[in-house]
Amino acid sequence: MASIDIESVGKVYTGNVRAVTDINLAIKDGEFIVLVGPSGCGKSTLLRMLAGLETISEGAVKIGARVVNQVEPADRDIAMVFQNYALYPHMTVRQNLEYGLKNRKTPKAEIDARVAEAARMLEITQYLDRKPRALSGGQRQRVAMGRAIVRKPSVFLFDEPLSNLDAKLRVSMRGEIKRLQRRLGTTSIYVTHDQLEAMTLADRLVVLNGGKIEQVGSPLEVYHTPASTFVASFIGSPAMNLVKAECQGDKLVIGPAMISLNGYAPTSGAVTVGMRAEDLRVVTGDKGMPFAVEYVEELGSQRLVHGVVGDQSLTIALSGETEIPANMRIDIDPAKLHFFAQADGKRISAADRSGAAADAPSPAPVA
Amino acid sequence: MMDTKRTTFQNKWLPYVLLAPQLFITLIFFIWPAGQAVKSSFEREDPFGFSTVFVGLQHYARLMQDPNYLDSFLRTAVFAVAVTVISMLLGLLFAVAVDRLMRSARVYTTLLVWPYAVAPVVAGVLWFFLFNSSTGILPYYLSFFGIKWDHNLNGTHAMILIIIAAAWKQISYNFLFFLAGLQSVPHTLMEAAAIDGSGPIKRFFDISLPLLSPTTFFLFIVNVNYTMFDTFSIVDATTNGGPAQSTNILVYKVYQDGYLGLNLGSSSAQSVLLMLIVIVLIFVQFRFVERRVQY
Ligand SMILES: Nc1ncnc2c1ncn2[C@@H]1O[C@H](COP(=O)(O)OP(=O)(O)O)[C@@H](O)[C@H]1O
Ligand SMILES: [Mg+2]
Repeated sequence: MASIDIESVGKVYTGNVRAVTDINLAIKDGEFIVLVGPSGCGKSTLLRMLAGLETISEGAVKIGARVVNQVEPADRDIAMVFQNYALYPHMTVRQNLEYGLKNRKTPKAEIDARVAEAARMLEITQYLDRKPRALSGGQRQRVAMGRAIVRKPSVFLFDEPLSNLDAKLRVSMRGEIKRLQRRLGTTSIYVTHDQLEAMTLADRLVVLNGGKIEQVGSPLEVYHTPASTFVASFIGSPAMNLVKAECQGDKLVIGPAMISLNGYAPTSGAVTVGMRAEDLRVVTGDKGMPFAVEYVEELGSQRLVHGVVGDQSLTIALSGETEIPANMRIDIDPAKLHFFAQADGKRISAADRSGAAADAPSPAPVA
Repeated sequence: MMDTKRTTFQNKWLPYVLLAPQLFITLIFFIWPAGQAVKSSFEREDPFGFSTVFVGLQHYARLMQDPNYLDSFLRTAVFAVAVTVISMLLGLLFAVAVDRLMRSARVYTTLLVWPYAVAPVVAGVLWFFLFNSSTGILPYYLSFFGIKWDHNLNGTHAMILIIIAAAWKQISYNFLFFLAGLQSVPHTLMEAAAIDGSGPIKRFFDISLPLLSPTTFFLFIVNVNYTMFDTFSIVDATTNGGPAQSTNILVYKVYQDGYLGLNLGSSSAQSVLLMLIVIVLIFVQFRFVERRVQY
């Protein structure tokens, strides 16, 4: 077990390609951290720097109390699970599991005991004498996990370990990884581009964008108070609705529509407003905003209604039985609105009323 | 395996027409002479070429009792093993070096491939001059170590000369295959092994080499075939099989006995035996090797 400190870490590849910029993160012993972000945002690069597979261009990485910048991967006391499993194809499952232990001159009896235990935990005992090519994707995935577990490292590193599995298996393996990590209590860093996987696994999420940290927080913190429009649109499904709007006193003007803010206005002038699809609700009479339905997605338990307010697209999530009226109007509790500065997309919280929107010239509302 | 796209021909004859030129060449220059060789290995021709008589396996029986032929067999084995081992080891060594190289790998690859473009006879002449006992540069350096190099008189020297010339030419070929093999080993396997506490040299022996085994077996067969057949012109350009038969390998002996010695029957029998050796090697490759190296 170990804590990890990532201090001002950056990565510049040969040819002056900058992949990661100024990452600061303190990871507690036993924590499950998920690095999430779109493809190419530098997740793997950061993870590989922790593993020692890439040199650290800037800053320092500490595992436990030791700076590991110059330490070989083998000596960092980590184990890694790769997306393509990276099982040794010419060795049996047992040999795959034993390899790291043999290299470390672990006594034979100890090796046998650890392999047997890991195999039992992952339910791969009956495959120990097979070669990886004779296993299904899910079984290979388990072997890859087993290879990490037998070493009893202080840190597990996962690079999109479930991406090559089909959707159903992905869900069950996700649960299994979480259970194993709880049971072993090993500090884990998990890379994924799948926000659902990230939400379900993480103790703390680290949302990356363009090589920089966009937000760090528990899944619910990130979901309920996204730090930027990027996080707002990335975390949660369906993605948070983001529309251009203007705060006029206690009113919020969205295109032709206007809703009352009931004192929740954090700023004035042009803003980007975020609304979760499930926070929007259908109203009767002439309250709320007129909503022109374009199409409906039926998910069984939910119906996702896509449409426009003025010329801006919105999606609302309704329970499966909700009627969709002809002239639909929608409304939202002002407490559930998210405000972002239009200039840089950063969240404007109620406490931070000096928001960037104040200095932006406000366009006339199209009333 | 067979889920690749297949071209289907509407015209039944088109494939044969397209194949015809190649088949024609193969028939005229390979199959027909091979057939002739088999035929004449069972016959004896009188000295003036007026009549031939069927003699059955007589030529073969004689060969099996001819100490010269058995010596040649042994020499060929030494030559084939030496050339194969040397050229494969050096090819692999260069491939590993280039594989680890990030920059200028392409330049090295190009340079390393050049010897393969050189005709065997030129390779022979090149090394013949380098080792020339009166003007060559290598004997000059060897003299400092007290070695008096003369492949015209010393049979061992002559054998070393043709081994070096033949191996030198083949290194490029082995290098290319080994390099392609090494580069197809997934990078993450090496990384996983590095995390598993395996250093670069151990990784090479534990991961790369086993995964290269299909390439290695393929090259082994190809190289043995090469030394059996394609080395004729190297011997011809350098030692002519001498001194005192010391470099008279099987393929050269076929030529000497048949073309120079005019003993066509025996020469044909020898070439049939050579052909059989190659057929066996290829059979081994397809039948056993390809299956055994699967993982
Ligand atoms: N070896 C490399 N050399 C140069 N650039 C690289 C290399 N590896 C990754 N990159 C670049 O760094 C950025 C981040 O890559 P990566 O960490 O793999 O992203 P992710 O894992 O989030 O998809 C990408 O723009 C990628 O092109
Ligand atoms: Mg990646």
